[in-house]
Amino acid sequence: MKIDCTVNGRSRTVDGLWEGESLLSVLRDRMQLPGSKNACEQGECGSCSVYLDGALVCACLVLGGQANGRTIVTIEGLMSGDALHAVQQAFVEAGAVQCGFCTPGLVVATHDLLNRVPEPSVMQIREALAGNICRCTGYAKIIEAVQLAALRMAVHERTAR
Amino acid sequence: MTAQPRLAPHSVVSGRVGESVQRPDAVLKVKGDFPYSSDLQVKGMLWGATVRSPHPYARIVSIDTAQALASPGVRAVLTHEDVPGRKVYGLEIPDQPVLAFDVVRYWGESVALVAADHPEQARRAAAKVHVDYQVLVPLTDPEVALTPDAPSLHEGGNITRQVRIRRGDQNAAADVVVIGEYEIGMQDQAPLGPESGLAIPDGEGGVDLYIATQWLHIDREQLAESLALPPDKIRLTLAGVGGAFGAREDLSMQAHACMLALRTGRPVKISYSRPESFVGHVHRHPGRLRYEHGATRDGKLVYVKARILLDGGAYASSSTAVIANACCFAIGPYECPNATIDGWVVYTNNPPCGAMRGFGSVQNCYAHEAQMDKLAAAIGMDPVELRIRNAMKTGSSMVTGQVVEGPVPVAELLRRVRDVPLPPSTTSDPIDLTEMPGGVSNTTHGEAVKRGIGYAVGFKNIGYSEGFNDYSTARVRLSVVGGRPRVEVHTASAEVGQGLVTVQAQIAGTELGVSDVVVLDADTVVGSAGSSSASRQTYITGGAVKAACEAVRERVLGLAQSELGGRHLGDAHGLRLENDAIVSAKGAVVLSLATLLGEEVIEETREFRPRRTSPLDPETGQANAHLQYAFAAHRAVVDVDTELGLVKVVELATAQDVGKAINPQAVEGQLEGGAAQGLGLAVMEEIQVKDGVIRNASFTDYLLPTILDMPPVRMQILELGDPHSPYGLKGVGEPPTISSGPAIIAAIRAATGRPLSRAPVRPHDIVDTGSRGVRS
Repeated sequence: MKIDCTVNGRSRTVDGLWEGESLLSVLRDRMQLPGSKNACEQGECGSCSVYLDGALVCACLVLGGQANGRTIVTIEGLMSGDALHAVQQAFVEAGAVQCGFCTPGLVVATHDLLNRVPEPSVMQIREALAGNICRCTGYAKIIEAVQLAALRMAVHERTAR
Repeated sequence: MTAQPRLAPHSVVSGRVGESVQRPDAVLKVKGDFPYSSDLQVKGMLWGATVRSPHPYARIVSIDTAQALASPGVRAVLTHEDVPGRKVYGLEIPDQPVLAFDVVRYWGESVALVAADHPEQARRAAAKVHVDYQVLVPLTDPEVALTPDAPSLHEGGNITRQVRIRRGDQNAAADVVVIGEYEIGMQDQAPLGPESGLAIPDGEGGVDLYIATQWLHIDREQLAESLALPPDKIRLTLAGVGGAFGAREDLSMQAHACMLALRTGRPVKISYSRPESFVGHVHRHPGRLRYEHGATRDGKLVYVKARILLDGGAYASSSTAVIANACCFAIGPYECPNATIDGWVVYTNNPPCGAMRGFGSVQNCYAHEAQMDKLAAAIGMDPVELRIRNAMKTGSSMVTGQVVEGPVPVAELLRRVRDVPLPPSTTSDPIDLTEMPGGVSNTTHGEAVKRGIGYAVGFKNIGYSEGFNDYSTARVRLSVVGGRPRVEVHTASAEVGQGLVTVQAQIAGTELGVSDVVVLDADTVVGSAGSSSASRQTYITGGAVKAACEAVRERVLGLAQSELGGRHLGDAHGLRLENDAIVSAKGAVVLSLATLLGEEVIEETREFRPRRTSPLDPETGQANAHLQYAFAAHRAVVDVDTELGLVKVVELATAQDVGKAINPQAVEGQLEGGAAQGLGLAVMEEIQVKDGVIRNASFTDYLLPTILDMPPVRMQILELGDPHSPYGLKGVGEPPTISSGPAIIAAIRAATGRPLSRAPVRPHDIVDTGSRGVRS
């Protein structure tokens, strides 16, 4: 099978796809984009969270074939040039990263949350990130990171206006 | 030169001991750019897949690989006959087959291997390996395994180790006696990164393995035996590790990938799926514990009797050390003159069990803390007061007779968690559903919701015990790079997420006063660092880095002294290294390191060995068996829907003595993350095994705490300073996982009035479901 799609702003073509292959495998094994992680491959842990036509999805639950003609943004596509996105920077500073295997998925999910809800309450953060499992941190520093990113993005928004 | 996968580039770390320095790998990790073991790829790489036993116990009659070999893309199919050397491996006892021969002893045991061009080809071919099994009746009850007439699963019987501790008067009597029986379920470490690695043959009979592990050198030692190669033909490099928690102490796919690579002459990658991961590593031992506590009417412990039975499953792994811990820490951090402790760990046909964070000190904490609450109730005393009255202090003796030196702040930790203000009630009007047990599932508006508060304190050993040779090696190199002094730290220690890489850099930065510190890849080019387990690495590898830095510093100061000829300061002993320079005792810059060193490179390698420990006496269990003890206490506040059996943990408060917080932010992360794993075992995490078969080997069915389940943790971090360790530090990682769960179950007991003698607590333990109930 052959698919054409746009990934992180670049159009990509992949040929020789096996019909059962997930979008996650296509990204990781065929496009050299291993940032989306393979922790459960069952849609439970959120480690492979990506945008598919702007919607947050688990790449492990999307068939590679379904990506044909679609636009995908992965963790590798969130940077603005060489600079970390505010969400990424906040995760680094808050100590929200330990082993880091959940981090790409959490960063994408947080990016999505703050796009929708710029100033989320703690409970809104918890609800939005409930599909992302972290085994290392106990989540406290992840909540701190989301709050820090929200604050900075709000300040940035105000100064931009 | 063989192909090499891309590894993480080295980042410069600047920081000192005691500062919350950022991890050097954090930026790569938030970008999705950190190469984990499951991300590795090289040109021409094959994928390995493993054929696993569908039976918990069966005789292997024959294995037919012909159809698999003829499948598309398949390059090799291997069985036990292809294991070049020793056919078994193991951390303590080599009893586990690299690939099963004669019999399989657990569900999911490795039987054969396939290498193919594409992972799906490998999986499909694996399904075509035909194994003819004669199915046997599995031995799944550890109590039965203990009996003399049970069938022996291994030569020498089913008892992997028995531990006896006898202290004081064995016939002591007491005014108040409480008895309890407790059961602990099997917990999974569930590191998010799957078992994975890449083996690359060197074309000369050797192999390079890029691997996520907790101890490179013990992997190599076992690989050398089974591959029948000298150790220097097997070079291991640590690939990115996605968490460990004990799950990566044993070999998983290491020997398999190397065998396939050596056979095919091609690089071979193996990466487990999540269901495979559940059978690809050992778990926390399930336990059955019976306790009897005797005390005076005013609440002083007179004796404790404990019988502890751990189910080790099919192979030994680190069971012999786990049962020793379970027994040595059986009564908790309390003074008690008389103790009778009997522990066994046995072989069964259940999944193999071994190391998990807390390592034997977790199971018993549920029991001894439940007993202390029971005793408090029997006497009519406040449970915290009872604990404080019996708390160990400096100079107290363990049940093993070892006198505990240094700070032993058990009473203080308990007072501190007790004195944290309680969180507000969540049953106020109007009800916030998200604060209720069941959350937005809208299962209650507060009716039948009861609040409970519970306490627990626990402790464990830091570092290896019972005379195990504990040491680590560090190589430190100081040179000038781009006009700036730079320190390179090279050890074989495994960064598994805990932040050891930062700690090493901070220690080097502190000892050598240099801003640019780089921690090199961990590999087997340097000497062993021991495992990233037993909360030992900051102490032991940190100690090695410190020692190597001290040796480098001595040479630098010697160089400075001869350079200066004593002209400026008279006394060279007043010189220090700080701010990339030689400074005077008063801090004035005397000479920059860049100028002093020029082209010179100063490199030193040191081993750090803490004081030795001794094995337990087989009859009495008396010994100075442990290096260091670490303590933590928790208070849990829970809301329980007593009609549905749903639990909401509202808050955890903890106090822990860390001796010295080398990196305070990382220490907080350990306390929070460790508490979350404790919460998991208390209320949701259990590998459900029925007739030897795991029924929930996936993240859909094995429940892990999410961000909705984990409450805020109010932390008090004490830095009381151990007189023997580098910087006075204590191991940090495990204590948070020990008492957090028992405190939560104590709180559920307080809320419901139910005895709750089992972890995890399930809804039907809280609510009577009668004949319609769910029973597993």
